[in-house]
Amino acid sequence: MAELRKDEKIIQLVNVTKAFDETVAVENVSFYVRKGEFITFLGPSGCGKTTTLRMIAGFDIPTSGKILLNGQDITNLPPNKRPVNTVFQRYALFPHLNIYDNIAFGLKLKKVPVTYMNDKGEKYVKMQKLTRREIDEKVKNALAVVDLEGFEKRAVSTLSGGQQQRVAIARAIVNEPEILLLDEPLGALDLKMRKEMQIELKEMHRKLGITFIYVTHDQEEALTMSDTIVVMKDGCIQQIGTPTAIYNEPANAFVADFIGDSNIFNGTIVGKLTVRFCNRNFKCVDDFEKNEKVDVVVRPEDIKMTDEDSGMLVGRVTSVVFKGVHYEITAMVGRSEVVIQSTQSRNVGDVIGLVIEPDDIHIMKKELTVNKYDGYITKKNTVVFGDGEFECDVTKLYPGSHLDEEGYLVTADGEKLDLTDMDVSVEVGLQDIELSDNADEGGARGHIVQLIYKGDHYQYIVRTEENEEDYVLDSPDLWNENDYVSVKIRPENIRLALKQEKQNG
Amino acid sequence: MVKKILSVALCAAVLVFIYAPILLLVVYSFTDSNVIGRWEGFSFALYGQLFRNAEIMQILFNTVWLALAAAALSTVLGTAGAIGIFYSRRRVAKPLQAASQIPVINAEIVTAISLALLFSMIALYRTYFSLIVGHMVLCTPFVVLSVLPKLKQMDSNTYEAALDLGATPAQALFKVVVPQIFSGILSGFMLSITLSLDDYIVTAFTKPPMFDTISTYVYNAVRNGTNSSTPALRALSALIFVVMIVILLAVNLRARKPAAKERAK
Amino acid sequence: MVKFHFSRKQLCIPYALFLILFVIIPMLLILFYAFTETVDGMIRFSFANFVNFFTSTAKLSTLLMSFTVAIISTAICLLIAYPLAYILARSKFKRKNVLLMLFILPMWINFVLRITALRELLDLIGLLGTQNYLNTIIGMVYDFLPFMILPLYTTLEKLDNSYLEAAADLGGNKFTVFTKVTFPLSMPGVISGITMVFMPSMTNYVVSDTLSNFNITILGKLIDQYFTTYDNWHMGSMISIILLVIIFITMLVTGGFKDGKQEARGANLW
Repeated sequence: MAELRKDEKIIQLVNVTKAFDETVAVENVSFYVRKGEFITFLGPSGCGKTTTLRMIAGFDIPTSGKILLNGQDITNLPPNKRPVNTVFQRYALFPHLNIYDNIAFGLKLKKVPVTYMNDKGEKYVKMQKLTRREIDEKVKNALAVVDLEGFEKRAVSTLSGGQQQRVAIARAIVNEPEILLLDEPLGALDLKMRKEMQIELKEMHRKLGITFIYVTHDQEEALTMSDTIVVMKDGCIQQIGTPTAIYNEPANAFVADFIGDSNIFNGTIVGKLTVRFCNRNFKCVDDFEKNEKVDVVVRPEDIKMTDEDSGMLVGRVTSVVFKGVHYEITAMVGRSEVVIQSTQSRNVGDVIGLVIEPDDIHIMKKELTVNKYDGYITKKNTVVFGDGEFECDVTKLYPGSHLDEEGYLVTADGEKLDLTDMDVSVEVGLQDIELSDNADEGGARGHIVQLIYKGDHYQYIVRTEENEEDYVLDSPDLWNENDYVSVKIRPENIRLALKQEKQNG
Repeated sequence: MVKKILSVALCAAVLVFIYAPILLLVVYSFTDSNVIGRWEGFSFALYGQLFRNAEIMQILFNTVWLALAAAALSTVLGTAGAIGIFYSRRRVAKPLQAASQIPVINAEIVTAISLALLFSMIALYRTYFSLIVGHMVLCTPFVVLSVLPKLKQMDSNTYEAALDLGATPAQALFKVVVPQIFSGILSGFMLSITLSLDDYIVTAFTKPPMFDTISTYVYNAVRNGTNSSTPALRALSALIFVVMIVILLAVNLRARKPAAKERAK
Repeated sequence: MVKFHFSRKQLCIPYALFLILFVIIPMLLILFYAFTETVDGMIRFSFANFVNFFTSTAKLSTLLMSFTVAIISTAICLLIAYPLAYILARSKFKRKNVLLMLFILPMWINFVLRITALRELLDLIGLLGTQNYLNTIIGMVYDFLPFMILPLYTTLEKLDNSYLEAAADLGGNKFTVFTKVTFPLSMPGVISGITMVFMPSMTNYVVSDTLSNFNITILGKLIDQYFTTYDNWHMGSMISIILLVIIFITMLVTGGFKDGKQEARGANLW
């Protein structure tokens, strides 16, 4: 096998999907890892990062797609045949073996080619096990790398968590793998220990020069250690990039939210390099189509506080929390909550002005597949959202429930509920909204602010007057810009969900 | 104070109840008398008769090899079964675990006749095969039940770690999984031996006609009224009682010590 | 290539086959034999055994008698074992495990030998041959007492003292603390003990045979007789089915079986 140059692809995943029974853990993932790189899979639990790692290790076999190692297909190769070693989340040290035997486990199984010369002077190669002395040597070196010299005879159970962690690393690197996989290796350690290990791991990566593939849900860990970060969510890759790129230019609202703290606003492009959010126009540096719906991300440390008159936005402080290095100040701007990090403090109730520089406004295209609103249920069991009131089917909030004659909801368990003023989140599909000339016919009214011809249908945005709420819809009918229309949604097409439930789930 | 006296009295009474028959037999094994209750002076005569009695020696031998063979086979089958169940999906594991409970819950006589029905159908009734299978039916579920908890306690990633370090699945199983569940396997094996040694009913229904274990031999001796005519059996019982009590105490006191140490740490 | 993912699961195949062949099929055979009869060498479907059992006074009285023996034996076991287990579990004695050992040790010694030893003792004190029912019940208690002590001890030992302190703190006197807290919390042990004593007391005919000089026939003995003496396997199977139904009902009533027997026999000693 030819030696790979640095920067060549050591491992490559091509359209890899992994499904367990009905659930898809990893969906159509493609990426590559360069030799010698420290790459991190970052994402919340259940995002598919561990499954991806397990497929590279060989513990799980992809449902479809291919995994290439140095250009060769290893998709179905069992783990014991792969030049890859893993550091497990809870170490998975063998409790019945001492430290020496744990580390020597892989070495004792290994066979290496040894060249011999026979009587006729011909060379031949025999696969042989490592000698006792070679194993001793390697184990000793590995223990030195992890600073555990002299621990050979100790039992696993006598070691602290941090020491066990080091043994797990030694056990993996002693086999000289081409790739070291680390599955949340620091997750079980306390904060101080974790910080120390982060630095040590990074140092180890530099010294060993092998590829590290790291899995974590801790964004700070990822930002500190990695050359490249792969952000995952729901089995899909959201963004691949350097820590700086991911922090400064998040590809979407999820990445922005997950990496660091962020304020995310719903915005609309209203002109050349101009975006509107929080009922105000801002200059920005990203060029988008006019009337495009966007997510606007502003980092809390990028918002400057001034006095009321010179602010671009004006808000009232609702909370102030001291965070050690800075204060975290929350202010209400209109109906939006804005978080600010500053070295200066303010008092709750203060009215402050806020300034945001164009450079600090990160704009991301919104992948609009559904209209989302916050709403509440009325006494009449209708739902109010988007500056309108609509008939809906409240029994969908509780499976198996029904309404009694008095309009109370009776759950499947027979519990009687009054839904009045209950907060719900509302979703309406783009195809599920109809427009009408008759202002009384629909639940909400507004002007058509945009129409885009999409080949076989038009996409419209209807904006209400009161709070500038938008309805995005697909329709085959032709309307004109600025038409005043009412919005009709059939009750069965209004998808309701309880707010609290969503948070828990 | 009254409470304490009552407590001690109850404990003492139960202990007397439990050990009186055993003690009686042990005491009267040291006298050359045909019936218990007539002391003919201290003597090892019955032990001499016992070891010279080829029939009883044969039976002792039968009992032991049957127990060892049944226990060994049950341990292998049950350990493999437990590992298989542990790594199977629920819809495979559940029915297997339920079926494992059948011989555990069932009355022994029902297990015995069910095997009699089966083996008479396939013309293996009262053969060594039916005997060993009968004992395995009694023992194997207990092996599964003692190994399964050990598997559950095990860090499931250790098997994968072994594969990751280059072990084949078989190597990973024998070098990593088996050592971790070994205490469960051992207790399953010991339990199987005691179950097999203890059994009468299944043995009676599956044994070859000319084969006897201690259980069947003693029961038949009582039935035929030949019990008192072979006082050597008394020596055999006494010997078994003493040996078993010593072994059990030794195993237990030794096993408790490291556990206590562990706790003290 | 993918094979290694299945190899561990495949280890249960031999055991599964073993269970099907030597546990499931034999049980189905009992069911088959119970509802058939052999006439002129031909096997045919029949309810005769079922009807016969419930119309035969002899069989019904055997059933009733077995029931009585089992209930009395179980009750006596419980009455002895509960205070004993309570004393052992609550004692401050440092090595109470060793003490417990003394009480359950006989469990691992061949029961035929122990029952024969008991027979000698009963003979010596003149009960043998005169008090068949009493002897049988003494024998059942003697044999199965450890199976009652162990689960009771296990639950009482695990019982958190803070419950009892809380109950006393809330004003309960010793009697109410016991009846309202200790006893309800020890119910799993009681149930486990009852299941393990009741069923063998109905069927372990070695005990009744040895101690009653073969004068008492309990349900287990009746099955044995139909197989070995009367050579009517259909009737024997029918009685087994009835016994299984009884076991099933006791389990429903007592709320299931939770590996109690295994716990009692194995885990604690080896």
